[in-house]
Amino acid sequence: MTDVTLKIDGADVTVPEGTLVIRAAEQAGIEIPRFCDHPLLEPVGACRQCLVDIPDAGNGRGFPKPQASCTIPVAEGMVVETQNRTAVKAQQGIMEFLLVNHPLDCPVCDKGGECPLQNQAMSHGQGETRFDGVKRTFPKPINLSPNVLLDRERCIVCQRCTRFAAEIPGDPGIALIQRGAQQQIGIAEDKPFSSYFSGNVIQICPVGALTSDDYRFRARPFDLVSTPSVAEHDACGAAIRVDHRRGKVMRRLAGNDPEVNEEWISDKDRFGFRYAVRDRLTSPMIREDGELRPASWLEAVAVAAQGLAAAGSVGVLPGGRLTLEDAKAYATFARETLRTPHVDFRSRPLSAEETGFLRSRVAGTSVTYADLDAADHVVLVGLEPEDEAGTLFLRLRKANRAGLRITALSAYASEGSRKLGAEVVLTAPGAEKDALSQVSGVTEASVILVGERLATSPGGYTAAAELADRSGAKLAWVPRRAGDRGAVEADLLPGEGGLDAEAMVRQGGLDALLVAGVDPDDTADPAAFLAALDEAGFVVSLEQRVTAVTERADVVLPVAAASEKAGTFVTWEGRRRPFQKVFEKPATYSDAEVLAHITAEIALLETETAGVADETVESSPTTTFSAATTEDSAGLHLATWHLMLDNGTLQRGDKALAATARAAVVRLPAALHAELGDVVTITGDRGSWTLPALPAEMAEGTVWVPTNSFGRGVWADLASPGSTVTVEGAVQ
Amino acid sequence: MTDTLTPVLTANWADDRAWTLSAYAEQGGYDALDVALGMSPEEVQTTVKDSGLRGRGGAGFPTGVKWGFLPPPDPENPKPRYLVVNADESEPGTCKDIPLMMASPHTLVEGVIISSYAIRAERAFIYVRGEVLHVIRRLRAAVREAYEAGHLGTDIHGSGYDLELVVHAGAGAYICGEETALLDSLEGRRGQPRLRPPFPAVAGLYASPTVINNAESIASVPAIVKNGADWFAGMGTEKSAGFGIFSLSGHVKKPGQYEAPLGITLRELIDLAGGVREGHELKFWTPGGSSTPLFTDEHLDVPLDFEGVQAAGSMLGTRALQIFDDSVCVVRAVLRWTEFYKHESCGKCTPCREGTWWLVQVLERLEKGDGEPGDLDLLLDQCDNILGRSFCALGDGATSPITSSIKYFRDEYLAHLEHGGCPFDARKSTAWADPVVEPVETTPEEAVAHD
Repeated sequence: MTDVTLKIDGADVTVPEGTLVIRAAEQAGIEIPRFCDHPLLEPVGACRQCLVDIPDAGNGRGFPKPQASCTIPVAEGMVVETQNRTAVKAQQGIMEFLLVNHPLDCPVCDKGGECPLQNQAMSHGQGETRFDGVKRTFPKPINLSPNVLLDRERCIVCQRCTRFAAEIPGDPGIALIQRGAQQQIGIAEDKPFSSYFSGNVIQICPVGALTSDDYRFRARPFDLVSTPSVAEHDACGAAIRVDHRRGKVMRRLAGNDPEVNEEWISDKDRFGFRYAVRDRLTSPMIREDGELRPASWLEAVAVAAQGLAAAGSVGVLPGGRLTLEDAKAYATFARETLRTPHVDFRSRPLSAEETGFLRSRVAGTSVTYADLDAADHVVLVGLEPEDEAGTLFLRLRKANRAGLRITALSAYASEGSRKLGAEVVLTAPGAEKDALSQVSGVTEASVILVGERLATSPGGYTAAAELADRSGAKLAWVPRRAGDRGAVEADLLPGEGGLDAEAMVRQGGLDALLVAGVDPDDTADPAAFLAALDEAGFVVSLEQRVTAVTERADVVLPVAAASEKAGTFVTWEGRRRPFQKVFEKPATYSDAEVLAHITAEIALLETETAGVADETVESSPTTTFSAATTEDSAGLHLATWHLMLDNGTLQRGDKALAATARAAVVRLPAALHAELGDVVTITGDRGSWTLPALPAEMAEGTVWVPTNSFGRGVWADLASPGSTVTVEGAVQ
Repeated sequence: MTDTLTPVLTANWADDRAWTLSAYAEQGGYDALDVALGMSPEEVQTTVKDSGLRGRGGAGFPTGVKWGFLPPPDPENPKPRYLVVNADESEPGTCKDIPLMMASPHTLVEGVIISSYAIRAERAFIYVRGEVLHVIRRLRAAVREAYEAGHLGTDIHGSGYDLELVVHAGAGAYICGEETALLDSLEGRRGQPRLRPPFPAVAGLYASPTVINNAESIASVPAIVKNGADWFAGMGTEKSAGFGIFSLSGHVKKPGQYEAPLGITLRELIDLAGGVREGHELKFWTPGGSSTPLFTDEHLDVPLDFEGVQAAGSMLGTRALQIFDDSVCVVRAVLRWTEFYKHESCGKCTPCREGTWWLVQVLERLEKGDGEPGDLDLLLDQCDNILGRSFCALGDGATSPITSSIKYFRDEYLAHLEHGGCPFDARKSTAWADPVVEPVETTPEEAVAHD
């Protein structure tokens, strides 16, 4: 691309051809006031605040009238004046018009103190208004969604929110309605604005028109202490800003990281933080006479150390939400302190094939968001980005809008796939291996993104690796949890002769278990997991709150939530995302700190005794799922993934957020739906659910159910991974 | 007296059932189509270009040149081309396209077929203002007749040329007369003007090359094709060729449509219309609808062509000549227009949306005598902040009546302040004000009957 040199306020500026004047001015450090303009949205030229004088358009002739700098591209030799009489008069005139109908309620407005209208009225407006008439008013506020509220009289209809919704996530549930001064943002009747990314419209609103139910009237911006951080809800590593006041997180905002999440985050990243203050364990506990009782740290650590040291064999199940530092601490603790090979971070269906894949194809590799932009073709398999990796979804959608071809191997053609412009290859669960071998158009410039769900599809990971080897395409693994990739880097996987998480549970025989941040209901066999906890002679639980694990533990040690400690998450890309502690919470320790105390205690014990007995447990590390091997004629393949907003533990306590969750329904092939109706009973080997159903474009003989939106979730209440289910019309 | 008139478009309006195909065919209708189909599309384009026909919707851009902006046909990019006819006639005072479509819809239909052929479009749309349901019905009936007669559809007149024509009803928004807002509305979206570039010729309707012309421009095409470019160029003035419909309304004895060569003066037109209302003098008038700056009796001899009107400080616009006599309060008239602009502002851009809201409030208090002399400067400054700052030309238009009326009638504004209200009797300007009847006591029943 060729460069263009123009003069802005007398200074020469050289920018790439096609740059808008307002962007070029930024390069020169000249700030032109603006409202509708947003660098990540298409220009619209609606607010007219960024008017500038262009006495020479580059052809020797000037524009007779001021021009909107947000819609005019630069030209060689162009002369732009942003602060001469003409420009200032135009800017002040527009600012005066904007304030005609804007209420003077800054003292009670949530945006007051961080408001672009307030700030720019001060910097580019006149001190006094000449308007002394009647302002337009509206009843206030109205709900655009359960979470997003609109005070219409504050709105300057810049269309940032509507453009965001249509362009960025592709959820155009809000639109302009009415006209003239009555023009406002509206929703269709009984159709709330539904988007996993709705909170971004609040952040980009240049006035106080959009607020969240969550934060409205709760704090003043100048009372908040801001800390840059990283979102802990998925493996995307979105930059966030955490605002707290007196030890309490008040809100979270999107950080600006062009390499990762640009300026957008999901609603889960924005609004899902109450979990850190609800039902927290406040002190260590130890079991005495069958009951848990509070204990001091010294006592609890000592009991834990003694129990673990005395156990012949210990299984370590640290979960997938750890920081890299904590993951490394677990790895060291297992391998060096406990000297056990039985370590596995995976707290969901897994396979031995996956273990090998993670070690050989994931650990130490790097594929970046930028690689997606540069790719000629991205293949998704076992991955639903909109639900499982919000930032990745937005980046893929942006790349698709710029021309990227996306192919999704999925059980059903979801809305998310449609928004990605993906070509969906309908693939029944378990059939990914064959489907991968038939994907065409994969080249050296392509990227294959595999999700963790591929673990339940025998041969899936191997086929993905083979496709990558055959084509030269890049290969990346996109897990669901923020700590998963860091755990792979720390090698929290079964060692030589070690049992994986499945085997630890099913095979049993371990004397003790160390469990951290694992919800048994997420695992492949929740009942077996709970039974294993009951059977194990000694259970240590590092947790934030009371869970099914702590209820069965002999020692419970409370640990810090993400906002209470510093650390590093490793994104699916392999990118290190360090973050600071948001605030100091006394007597709160990270997993690594707690493990260090136990290690020290064990070291003391070892000097006293002969050391830990190395007892080997007979291993059968070949856990695999034989998908649909026992297929009967009535059986349907069970496809499932987690919706972004569901019954997940880290979403507890955010009512407004939960109210925006999508209706969780069963998806059936259209023909089957026509036969069975809108309510079906679905029966698997673990139970039966009667649920609403909708038709979908789906792989033959497949039914889809959200993993964790009903009861205790699919694995606990419905069926085992890779199994088949039967569906019948429910009697209504 | 009739020498100054050139009835072409209006020639058949008085015929018996002129709107039917049979009546239209009887006076030579659809003959021009055969002439056009005997020419190549390029030849038709050249004829229209050579005729000097300029857009009749107000801006006056040469029609043939506009057609030439379409990118040449590209086999690599086989996007369709569209002709869109703007018949969303909504400007206060403008009333030419609606009577044209009412009286002789086939003139427009034939023009659409010839023009579409000239630009190689196989699909055309007429976007009609939604409020005029009777006109839409008549136009749709004409299109149906044209299909049945083989003037539309496939293989028109055996030429191998196909054309589908859709009559689309708007939903009642002034903004949809703005060509890009019209396109959005036609696509089923909210009608608001689009950012340009891309221009409609490159990416218009459904992002395809599109020509948008005013109804009267397109209706003029059959006569040009039939009679030749020279015939058309022989009328009017050097740079404003041909004839146009002049719509006289207001305080003249015979308001109506007067089709005359461009360059005629208001003095001549008022003579044709039987003069200004008895006992009154001309006070002010609009040359082309409310968005064109006002003229006064000083401007009676301004030639009504694009250059003449512009040189005198206004715009020819749509030749909507609203005649106001000395019974009319200019402040009241301007307030009414401004209320229209406030009501019709689409809301997209700040100056038009907020500016018209505010202008109305200032004008209201001036009319009531509650204002102050400084309000005039305030009005002018507001207008300065709107003119050239708004997104589309419709915002600019809102300022024309205000700035021009203050220019010519500043004293009248000030008189409102001195008088403590409007010094005029609004009833005197009504059509039923003359002859002046002595007020008599009426019973309530009679009063209702008079309403």
